[in-house]
Amino acid sequence: MAEENKTIKMIIQRQDSPDSQTYEEEFELPHRRNMNVISALMEIRRNPVNAKGEETTPVHWEMGCLEEVCGACSMNINGVPRQSCTALVDQLEQPIRLTPMDTFPVIRDLAVDRSRMFDSLKKVKAWTPIDGTHDLGPGERMPESKRQWSYELSKCMTCGVCLEACPNVNSKSNFIGPAALSQVRLHNSTPNGEMHKSERMDAVTGDGGLQNCGNSQNCVQVCPKGIPLTTSIAALNREATVNSFKSFFGSDYNY
Amino acid sequence: MAENREFFYRRLHSLLGVIPVGIFLMQHLVVNYFSTYGPDTFNAVAHFMESLPLRIGLEIFIIFLPLLFHAIYGVYIAFTSSPNSFKFGYFRNWMFVFQRITGIITLIFVVWHVWETRLANAIYGTEINFDLMATILSSPFMFWFYVIGVISTVFHFANGLWSFFVTWGITVTPRSQVILTYITIGVFAIFTYMGISSLIAFAF
Repeated sequence: MAEENKTIKMIIQRQDSPDSQTYEEEFELPHRRNMNVISALMEIRRNPVNAKGEETTPVHWEMGCLEEVCGACSMNINGVPRQSCTALVDQLEQPIRLTPMDTFPVIRDLAVDRSRMFDSLKKVKAWTPIDGTHDLGPGERMPESKRQWSYELSKCMTCGVCLEACPNVNSKSNFIGPAALSQVRLHNSTPNGEMHKSERMDAVTGDGGLQNCGNSQNCVQVCPKGIPLTTSIAALNREATVNSFKSFFGSDYNY
Repeated sequence: MAENREFFYRRLHSLLGVIPVGIFLMQHLVVNYFSTYGPDTFNAVAHFMESLPLRIGLEIFIIFLPLLFHAIYGVYIAFTSSPNSFKFGYFRNWMFVFQRITGIITLIFVVWHVWETRLANAIYGTEINFDLMATILSSPFMFWFYVIGVISTVFHFANGLWSFFVTWGITVTPRSQVILTYITIGVFAIFTYMGISSLIAFAF
């Protein structure tokens, strides 16, 4: 087959440790049908030789589900932050440039430390407490239309692509970013989660919260799951406005 | 309020940009537009504004203090962002960058403009009338400086009005935000037209 001779070119930004200098390394590897960026990286791992024919260390990256639901394999592919599992080689312009997402600290090569995002989820209490000292019984039912709507928000996989695209998430600010904000809206929307709404709203209007959004609306453009992030942010803005008017002169209870 | 100070400052920044600073800007551009009716009309209208009761109080609490807070906090906001519109060239992202650039240009312009007119009046007793502006704008450099300043100020106001509606949760849905984009483009067009017409009337 003619295909046998086809190769793919990749330029990968590498970094040996969190504090070391970055450098670029070029790779040329045999093309196979239906390859994605991950299978190309696996090929490099199998045979870690760069384009100059020198033996090198295998490129390090993170992956999990391989079907765009875990978010672990996010990286900049030809400048666009996305998951490498659903980035098909045949649909990409060559040479394929891979760089780690630069909003997050690099651990090694393409693997980044996404703790900033997970810490934000903790900060805004993006969960619904359901455990008690005794059986609390089944949760309240939810209207089907609302369940379908909130299901869209639940598709977030904390991949970090929205934080990568946000101009206000950077080392100069402690903005928690769009992902955590949208999760607040999700958990505020369920009958059980709603009981802790005031705690989440307090966190969301606290330091590094909602107010840091600069409305560049990049997040909603880049979200691989099509989550209406800017609508969530605007809705939280409305909620925060109503709350601030309600307790303008102080209040003895929280909404 | 004490524990979410950042929230309060940000919201205050957003509010002050529209009320009272934005409203003052519109009023100012309307008054200036009278220059196209001739020097006498402009001088009469400007004199009416000058003789408003409690003028110093109005100026301090409706213009200077809100403007000062908006400007200082705005510079902080502008410099804590890291613009990336070359990488993510979406319309709103460009607006985000322009909002910050025009904010800085507007600050420089307004400082110079206030120095040359209101402060000159307060310190040296320079009379503020049609002739003052005609003299200033007779220099081509100052004329173009004012043109850029006015366009930048009006852009910053119109686009800021858009984000004001989002920040306060008035326009939530993407559709309402798109409609608001068209409305604010209209605001930009109208007030730019009025501002530039006044400059031309003063200068030529």
